[in-house]
Order: sequence, then structure tokens, then C-alpha cells
Amino acid sequence: MVGIVGYGVYIPRYRIKTSDIADVWGEDSARIGKGLGVFEKSVPGPDEDVATISVEAARNAIKLAQIDPTDIGAIYVGSESHPYAVKPTGTIVAEAIGCSHDLTCADYEFACKAGTAAIQTTMGLVKSKMVKLGLAIGSDTAQGRPGDALEYSAAAGGAAYIVGLKNIIATIEETVSFTTDTPDFWRREGEDFPSHGARFTGEPAYFRHVGEGAKSLFKKTKTTIDDYDYFVFHMPNGKFPVAMGAQLGVPPEKLEDSLVVRQIGNTYSGSAMIGLARVLDIAKPGARIFVVAYGSGAGSDAFAIKVEDAIEERRGEVPTVDDYIARKTYVNYATYAKYRGKIKAM
Amino acid sequence: MAEQGVAQVWRRIRTIYNILGNRCTTCNTYYFPPRPVCPTCRRKGKLEDYQFKGLGKIYSYTIVRQAPEDFQKQIPYVIAQVELDEGTRLTAQIVNVNPEDVEIGMRVRACFRKIKAFGSGGVIVYGYKFEPTMHVTGHDE
Repeated sequence: MVGIVGYGVYIPRYRIKTSDIADVWGEDSARIGKGLGVFEKSVPGPDEDVATISVEAARNAIKLAQIDPTDIGAIYVGSESHPYAVKPTGTIVAEAIGCSHDLTCADYEFACKAGTAAIQTTMGLVKSKMVKLGLAIGSDTAQGRPGDALEYSAAAGGAAYIVGLKNIIATIEETVSFTTDTPDFWRREGEDFPSHGARFTGEPAYFRHVGEGAKSLFKKTKTTIDDYDYFVFHMPNGKFPVAMGAQLGVPPEKLEDSLVVRQIGNTYSGSAMIGLARVLDIAKPGARIFVVAYGSGAGSDAFAIKVEDAIEERRGEVPTVDDYIARKTYVNYATYAKYRGKIKAM
Repeated sequence: MAEQGVAQVWRRIRTIYNILGNRCTTCNTYYFPPRPVCPTCRRKGKLEDYQFKGLGKIYSYTIVRQAPEDFQKQIPYVIAQVELDEGTRLTAQIVNVNPEDVEIGMRVRACFRKIKAFGSGGVIVYGYKFEPTMHVTGHDE
């Protein structure tokens, strides 16, 4: 059956506290962190972008999967901050991880769910035996306009998943999607920062699509909340996934382990995929995981995943999500602004 | 419009993305960047491609405080001679570390970073830098 052969993540080393951002803009610094459920966020270094983050995550995934990278037949990189507007990130990744040149590759865009769309594509290619292994990456160096609400959460990080039929560490039992035309968040060509519909990003966007995706997956798999040990929802902030869990009736302890957003912020295309990686880092064989990624614009991809026995022997070779979360150095707002190119005069 | 430097960057992609050098099978010496001929064995030498594992230690280093324009956002930063486990030395930037914490003999591993960009609209050059080896849960040190 189709499943995950290996996975890897990368989170940059720099962090900024949301209270420091609030101080700059005259907001109540004690209230912001608690209100959003995001206390610090990851910041990429001046020499890091989606290509470098994707390569680091993919190298970890290959090492954990114990595969020959020349067996990879397809690479899709999902992001909304690709370093080039025209020229794929995926080709840089393919060359840097030692793939054969006989492969297909493309970049994906669907706000925060471009990486999970890549997982679905690779599943199809692997199941139809068009390729032996597929590599799906979700990675972002998210942008937030200075002073905008997004600035408190827009973070950087990525996750890579190798999808195949053999030697899998987790089976992907089923996947469904729910898609509508809902303009809750967007960035027009040539604009530096995205725009959003503020409160409109909640009920008609995130909650509707994640909720419908979840219900559809329960229906298709004929399962209920009780059949799953862990839940992972896209994390635009710390509040939304918790509220989504409450709406669906998910016990908070089944959601807790995936909530990496509190320490690293919203890594956009990396968000749900890093949350899933955090669960895969600790889940026991046999555990079942329910994942719903969300992308503005809008849509959700839902996955039912079962952890296999092989996962235990593959651990300990590459850094876990917690290893990356623990490796951190704080920067102040001025350094953050310099690293992120927010100072126009430079 | 054709852009200067593109062919030069492209020619080096394979070697600088993955630290791809070569090895003389006659005297078992490793070279980076790859050599066209083994300087020790000369015509008796036999060279084959070799991808370095990317692990090594800091042989010597300096902290850069006056940087060229492309690197000004990063000062102060560390440039080191890294001695790879295969015995070859190369010069590289050390990242993910505070300059004051760097020391000779420190274990480092290769990572993938942006080296420079030809302006805001030009080609972006990627390649190796090094970082301290990091803690891996469950890995026996």
C-alpha cells in the first residue's frame, strides 16, 4: 500500500518573540502571545530561502528513508515563497540531493497546502507505478507586512516526505480534499506582502474547509474520532487548530503533540507537514493519525495515516522536530528586519 | 538579455551543491575542487569522482567584520578552513553558530545555503557552508 518511506524537516535557527514584535508596534505584548497562541516564531537567516530549507529537509528525509536518491522519479515543491517567480525550486533540490536527471519535477502553489497537494500527486504517481518513489516538499519563508497581524505568525520552515510502496514507515490509508473559490488571503503578482480578509479568514475559510475536509474523510473511511490517536490541523496560529478540534469534538490531548505553532509560528506550506512530522517522531507503531492541511483560496487536504513497525528502527539518524525547535537563537526586531529584507533603504 | 556569470555558475553546480571532488586510487588522496591530474602520481595517477561525506572539523578560522557587499548583512561571520574526514581541506563559511563559540577542532557538517545573488533580478548561487553538528535525539554519540 502507498505510504511514507521517509520524512525530514528543517527549521531555521533564529527566533523572534511575538512580545518583541508587539513592543515595536505599540501592542499589548503580554496579550498578543496568549491571544494568538504563538509565543515565538522562526526567522530564516539572510542566506536561507525555500530552496535551502527544502534541500535540508529532503536530505534528512532521504537519510531516514535509507533510499538511493536516484530512485526518486518525481519531485514537487509546494511553497508561496519560491526564490524565483520563474525557474523551479525543485530542480535545485533534485541536483542538491543527488537525484538522477531522469525525473519529473514542478513547483506547486496553493497557499499553505501546496506541500500536501504534492503528497497527493506523488501518491498517484507511485500507485499507478509511473515512478518508484516521489518526493513531496512543503516549505516557506513566509512574509508578513510590518505591523500587520500576520507578522506575529509568519515563519520559516519546511518538511519533505518520500512516498512509495515498499519499506514504508506509515501507510497513507486515504486522502480527500475540499476546494472552493474563497478569497480569504492572497498575494498579487509583484507584491511583497500578502493581503487577507481579517476575520473572513476564520469561519467561511479555515473552519469551513478544514471541517468539511475532516467530515468527508471520516465518511469515506467509515471512521470516527475514537479511531485516531493523533490529530494534526493546519496551524495559522495557535488558536484556530484548537478551536477546530473543539468544534469537531477532538479531545485536546490528541491534538496537543502537533501544535508546533506555539514555538515556531506558522510555517505556511510547512505547517501541517511539520505538525505531522512531530507526531511521527513520537508515535508508536499501530497509531493512527488524522491530518487536515488548509490552504487559503481555499481548500483542504485530509489524510488518514497509520504508523508501521518499521518506524522505530529508522529513528535516531536525523534531527527530530524537537531537536530543531530546541536549537534556537533569539534575534531582536532590528536584526529580524535586516535578515528579512524589511528595510527598504538597504 | 543574456546575463553574465550564468555559465560559470552552472558549470560549478554539481561540485558546490554536493562537495563533489575526486580521489586518486593510486595514492588514495582526495581532492576538492576536483583536479584534472593527481599532482603526486602524475601520469601513474588514476582519478575517479568522489562525493565527500560533508563531515569534518575546523582546522583554522577567522571572524569577518569588514565584508564584501554581498555579505554585509551577515557580519560578523566566520570563515574557516575545514578539514574533511577524508583529509582534504577547504575554505567555507560557518553558519548556525555565534562567532565567539567557534573553536579549532570543532566538529562541523556541510549544509546547503545561498552564497550570493546577482542583484535582485539575477541568478541565485547556492552551495555548501558548514555548521556545528547538531544534537539528534536517539543517536549514540
